[in-house]
Amino acid sequence: MQDLSLHILDIVENSLAAGAKRVEIRLEEDLQEDRMTIEIVDNGCGMDEEMIQRALDPFFTTKTVRRVGLGLPLLSEACRISNGELCLQSSPGQGTKVRATFQLSHIDRQPLGNMGDTLITLIVGHPEVDLFYEHRKDGASFSLDTREIKGALGDVPLNEPQVVSALRRHILAGLEELAA
Amino acid sequence: MAKLSIEDLKKIKESVQASVTLREGGSRAKVNIHMGTCGIASGARGIMTAVMDEIEKGDIKDVILTTSGCAGLCSREPMITVELLGSAPVKYIDLTPDKMREIFSEHVLGGKILEKYALSVGSETTF
Repeated sequence: MQDLSLHILDIVENSLAAGAKRVEIRLEEDLQEDRMTIEIVDNGCGMDEEMIQRALDPFFTTKTVRRVGLGLPLLSEACRISNGELCLQSSPGQGTKVRATFQLSHIDRQPLGNMGDTLITLIVGHPEVDLFYEHRKDGASFSLDTREIKGALGDVPLNEPQVVSALRRHILAGLEELAA
Repeated sequence: MAKLSIEDLKKIKESVQASVTLREGGSRAKVNIHMGTCGIASGARGIMTAVMDEIEKGDIKDVILTTSGCAGLCSREPMITVELLGSAPVKYIDLTPDKMREIFSEHVLGGKILEKYALSVGSETTF
């Protein structure tokens, strides 16, 4: 993966494959503590203790089409090389929480990348899922909750082209403002 | 454009509802982008962005865009499946945003399969 936004896309796709109907992504860039934290919480089917233990093994997967499962191991390695760590909390039927930390200023920390494209890809690909995103940086924040947006849109789906265009501009503007 | 407000969303809702009633039928095509770890690592998100750009640029309202997981051919990612109404699905492999734009114009909108980028024609299984 070239950047953290691609890792996030991949981990959330895992959540959705696990049947999650709501996924919350929280990202914090703490300049004072020199720490970046990414939390992904889903209400999917969850994992038992044995599966949690094996989830970071690249040769473990629940898929039948291939024999490797690289998503979590790649993120774990991205954390490890930048003085951070990956924590998994899960139990069957209770969903999963993935918490990845990084030293913000570490020279090997992957760049965040384009979170806007990741969010819009998830929204377009899975309009039925409720997606919450919160990005905090240095006292400022940007958040998005597709459940609220769906409430305002009524029976118009989130992946309607007009809605997608407006959401892309909204997310881009929000993230640009945060980065400024 | 500034941030979206509830009022903006309501206007979009009204506009979409008005245009939907004018449309004759359902969607003409479905573009499925394979978004497994392998697909994402090889550029699937950029393929998705390229399709969204084309849809926005051409004001296309009857193409469904969706994603699926790994289909088991990781070395040929990024991969998509294009399905036109009434036709067998076509899988395209080793894509770039430029190839995607070409496929969108020729196949999705024009109905002509681009054999040079295609892997197969027929039903698919996604996991």
